[in-house]
Amino acid sequence: MAERAIMKGNEALAEAALRAGCRFFSGYPITPQTEVLEYLSWRMYEVRGHMIQTEDELTGLHMLLGASLGGNRVLSTSSGPGFALFHEGMSYLCGCEIPAVLVDVQRLGAACGGIGVSQGDYEEVVHGGGNGDSQCIVLTPASVQEEVDLVQEAYDLAEKYRNPVIVMTDAIIGQMMEGVTLPDFKEHDINKYDWVYRPLKTNEMGKINAGWPGRSWTEQAKHLREKFASMQQNEQRWENVQVSDADVVCVAYGISSRVCKEAVKKARAKGVKLGLIRLVTAWPFPEKAFAEISKECKGILVVEMSIKGQTVPDVKLATKCGLSVYGYFSVDIVPDADIVVEIAEDIIAGTAQEV
Amino acid sequence: MAAKTFNIPTLMQGLPPHTACQGCGHGIAGRIIYEVIEEMGMSSNCVAFHDLACGANMLFAQKGNGFSGAHGRAIPTATGFKRTRPDMLVFSYAGDGATYSIGMQHTIHTALRNENITAIVVNNTNFGMTGGQMSPATLIGQKTTSSPKGRTAELNGNPIDITEVYSGMKIAYLARGSVDSVANINKTKAYIRKAFEKQMAGCGFSFVEIMAPCPTNWGMTALGSIKRMQDEVLKLYPVGEYIDGGAK
Repeated sequence: MAERAIMKGNEALAEAALRAGCRFFSGYPITPQTEVLEYLSWRMYEVRGHMIQTEDELTGLHMLLGASLGGNRVLSTSSGPGFALFHEGMSYLCGCEIPAVLVDVQRLGAACGGIGVSQGDYEEVVHGGGNGDSQCIVLTPASVQEEVDLVQEAYDLAEKYRNPVIVMTDAIIGQMMEGVTLPDFKEHDINKYDWVYRPLKTNEMGKINAGWPGRSWTEQAKHLREKFASMQQNEQRWENVQVSDADVVCVAYGISSRVCKEAVKKARAKGVKLGLIRLVTAWPFPEKAFAEISKECKGILVVEMSIKGQTVPDVKLATKCGLSVYGYFSVDIVPDADIVVEIAEDIIAGTAQEV
Repeated sequence: MAAKTFNIPTLMQGLPPHTACQGCGHGIAGRIIYEVIEEMGMSSNCVAFHDLACGANMLFAQKGNGFSGAHGRAIPTATGFKRTRPDMLVFSYAGDGATYSIGMQHTIHTALRNENITAIVVNNTNFGMTGGQMSPATLIGQKTTSSPKGRTAELNGNPIDITEVYSGMKIAYLARGSVDSVANINKTKAYIRKAFEKQMAGCGFSFVEIMAPCPTNWGMTALGSIKRMQDEVLKLYPVGEYIDGGAK
């Protein structure tokens, strides 16, 4: 039976992964992600799985690649500087089409930066992700409940497409406590898929499992283009809040989107028609969400805790550069709902600066 | 004495030959590994995790389960697989560059965890696939394309001896073999068997280093490179069993 609890985002995510059937975690401590590793260091053994605290983040990815090749549902989590070390493994997971669920609990800034909240990893996670045409599906929870729900869904997506899926969250969603409904435990059969490495049957002794695509690059390119196109067509997820009549539409994800929801309420209370497109998938980018925007819309306001406003190019592409785009980029402090409303009023008045 | 018939192991039959250079040690190393696997009755129940570069030559010379992960990462990839399927025989197969340079952290930490897998390292004292650069195992005085005047301790540091690194560590098994002579090939095969048996008995981490020639990058004939092994390489890196531990 589903269970109610009050949990920290990171711990709820870890518990949700176990309930989705994950039995292998390999990772390294880094703030603000460490609770996942600490929680699994005891909880994983209660469900008879394996948890390895690795020599570095890079190792964690290669270990889980081996575990996934054996049919396990696998997890590794990190943040900023640690997530940077995931990229070699991410490219291998993509290139060899091995499912995995990875998590980036975003922290502040380039280099070591800071351990506080920020949203500066969008480009790295959504458009980076390893050498050689790698592409991961990216999910962006905005609450502890959504961490639980999306991590469950992440395993199904990873296996459906044989591709890594990344849950991109942030220091606040990861660290805060909220009420949550935990799903029931699912059993995962390690022999479920035919691509999994297992003991060979007598008539399979001539089989060659080399782990490589096993096709020419022309065929591989066609296969991957079709796979990525199918993801783009079928896996866009978003939440639209009062978009259809809005004069200004916010675009945000994660912690920033929660502030925008509050801003929509505040704005509407004073007669300002503000709406919100909340990204639930950052890749594929939910272009379909933008169809609801009315012809009278004065502009889009991207709200993001970053320096560059990294979502902006994707918003411009999704609107085919047909709308003015404005920004509120608060970097290291959580955006303020009143400031969101003020900027929306400036946009309507024609006094705001485009980005 | 009855004549012994030479048979190619089942998992290597009916395939194009491996793509290693003439006189390379990888062909012998691969063959004796698969002979042991067949003799143990594990042909249908094993996975080889190859490194890239020359270590991946064997990937295309074998049937069954093989995987070539990123350079230097064969050991952790094997670790994750073995934890998932503990009843299978799981080994990594890599060179000295992968194991003592880019993947050195795994070489240390897998031994510290005494992980129940087998690592096989073919040490030819240079980076073969990229054209013969200096590796951590390159001998003092050895000329490579990145130590053209010969390795010096002052400029490049001293060569790594894995038996010194692992000295005193609580792992299941450590041995060093060689493919320079029939006697050493037979010894090496026995080491591999022991390493695999320890893994299947759950004793922990087993590691077999196999010294091999690289005539192409040493700039020698096949026979010349065997002579260099016997005159120089095996004097610095002697064959033998170094750690023979019990149950985990």
